[in-house]
Amino acid sequence: MCKRVWLSGLSVLLLSGSAAADEVFFEYSGRLSGELQGYFHEGQFNGQGYHSNASLALEPELYWEFNGGNDSVVFTPFYRLDQRDDERTHGDIRELSWIHVGDDWELRSGLRKVFWGVTEFNHLVDVINQTDAVEDSDGEDKLGQPMVNLSLVRDWGIVDLFVLPGFRERSFAGHEGRTRSGLVVDTANVRYEAGDGDQHIDTAVRWSQSFDLFDVGLYWFNGTNRDPRLEAALIQGKPVLVPVYEQMDQIGFDGQATLDSWLWKLELLWRDTPSDRYSAMQAGVEYSFYGVSDTTTDVGVLVEYGWDERGIDADTIFQNDLFLGSRIALNDAASTEFLVGLGYDLDFDSRSLFLEASSRFGERWKLSLDARLFDARDNRDLMVNIEQDDLLQLTADYYF
Amino acid sequence: MNLTKSFYLLLSLTIFSGPVLAQTPEERGLEIAREVKQRDFGWADMQAEMLMVLRNKQGEESVREIRIKSLEQEGDGDKSLTIFDKPLDVKGTAFLSFSHPLEADDQWLYLPALKRVKRISSRNKSGPFMGSEFAYEDLSSFEIEKYSYKYIRDESCEGGTCFVVEQYPVDKDSGYTRRVAWIDQDQYRVWKVEFYDRKNSLLKTLNFKGYQQYLDKYWRADLQQMINHQTGKSTDLKWSGYQFRVGLNDSDFNKNTLKRAR
Repeated sequence: MCKRVWLSGLSVLLLSGSAAADEVFFEYSGRLSGELQGYFHEGQFNGQGYHSNASLALEPELYWEFNGGNDSVVFTPFYRLDQRDDERTHGDIRELSWIHVGDDWELRSGLRKVFWGVTEFNHLVDVINQTDAVEDSDGEDKLGQPMVNLSLVRDWGIVDLFVLPGFRERSFAGHEGRTRSGLVVDTANVRYEAGDGDQHIDTAVRWSQSFDLFDVGLYWFNGTNRDPRLEAALIQGKPVLVPVYEQMDQIGFDGQATLDSWLWKLELLWRDTPSDRYSAMQAGVEYSFYGVSDTTTDVGVLVEYGWDERGIDADTIFQNDLFLGSRIALNDAASTEFLVGLGYDLDFDSRSLFLEASSRFGERWKLSLDARLFDARDNRDLMVNIEQDDLLQLTADYYF
Repeated sequence: MNLTKSFYLLLSLTIFSGPVLAQTPEERGLEIAREVKQRDFGWADMQAEMLMVLRNKQGEESVREIRIKSLEQEGDGDKSLTIFDKPLDVKGTAFLSFSHPLEADDQWLYLPALKRVKRISSRNKSGPFMGSEFAYEDLSSFEIEKYSYKYIRDESCEGGTCFVVEQYPVDKDSGYTRRVAWIDQDQYRVWKVEFYDRKNSLLKTLNFKGYQQYLDKYWRADLQQMINHQTGKSTDLKWSGYQFRVGLNDSDFNKNTLKRAR
């Protein structure tokens, strides 16, 4: 039930006038999500000897608005129950934040999610939030990050200042989980470079602006690297991987030119850590055909290229990769959409394919069918670990 | 013969000097469009709620709930912020548009699940809005430069006597070869529009009902009914909660307001 309730706070209790400023607007909504995963093969590692997995996730959202709309609070808890993987059975507070809006500034405090970037196949410059990696292999699910963010709107752009107290560790698949390497990541024995560990206070500043057809953003980030180095270790006689989080300085740029039906996209990153100093890029173009052959269907075609200076030694699978994709929207009443993507690794010859189809059923249901296929050709490619994890996934989302 | 001569002289004087008789149908059409725009100028800013009821050929309905805030710009198209409440799977999605009479509009979409702001191409004029029978171009603000015009005839209509005017889209991406609009001569309100597709056959008819006047000047219809003759589908667009001059300004229309619009 999506409820809109007007409470007239104190003024009702005191039966006094001037209600407007005291009115609190409250809204409750959310999503319940059931997921069935079918794996084409049993996994290649111990604990992965199964073909199917079921899972249930709940994400309610509570929202309050007061002070004539100048203040708002949102609370979005999340919990997933997974049949197989204890690590995927997990909860998080995606958002618990307060926004105060001034004339040309706003202050956003609490646990929040921030997205930066323009490309589709890899989110290279998106750095503020940690990835909730057990959720999906696409890296788009994020953990709520504690922050104080002052945003200033000026004629010459929007400036965002961030103070990020507290660090979120990446989630990793457990012993019974899929899409992991042969050694399980032991998050209980995590190590930090900084003396204050996960209490290190990170900072970031970002400027973004739209110049006619061009949208650009530039930032500097100083703090704990969201991507851990994974070190092999023996913990109680068991070989495991231990995540090591280093300190880093990072500069990121994202830009998009929107020229007619063409979207030209560029993300650039320069990262300096104690163990490495490198740059990386994700660039591409998207072209859309609207209303193909006199139907209401739109077809978008995407090409992207991912590059990492470290080459085949990079701890990313996007070091020298080409991506082709297509987005098909039927623009019908059910908002039926298809997304298909093909990745090709120019160093290792490996390929990956994903398909996503979704459609609305009634006013409250959405069904999605996703497929992910991996074909690794080289043992040096990180993708060999997930080669047996070809997947077909059916998701039913219920919105309330 | 003298009398006939003076008659012809008088007639020719009238033809060459009389402003009404000298007008071509194209000039007359443009003049009507200017009057429509001029009578609707000066509302400054507004917000309203719209309920869209989509019906397929079998009469099955689905509903969209949307809120809109608009800011008038002098010498340019309007700025607008559109917030989606229903269907629930797109709740929180918001759309920011800076429209321009002739150049491409600037448009950004906010996707709440990813917290992502995406600059999108505004070329998609003729596509359906939210799966409805309204195309994006049917919902954009009326700008004189977007069409060329031709006055056709006078005809009685719901609003009294109407001008019937043909409007030819200037934009090559428009889904129409022409629109035929019925505009009443008293208040210059649009009562009906017929849309002709790229093959110049009748595609849709839009009827306006329940006009109300705001700020003693600006007329807005409570109901817009669009019927697609080729598919048998229809969409009702019901407006409510119209508020003008609520004090919106440029600072209410940027990427920050887009991200927290809800």
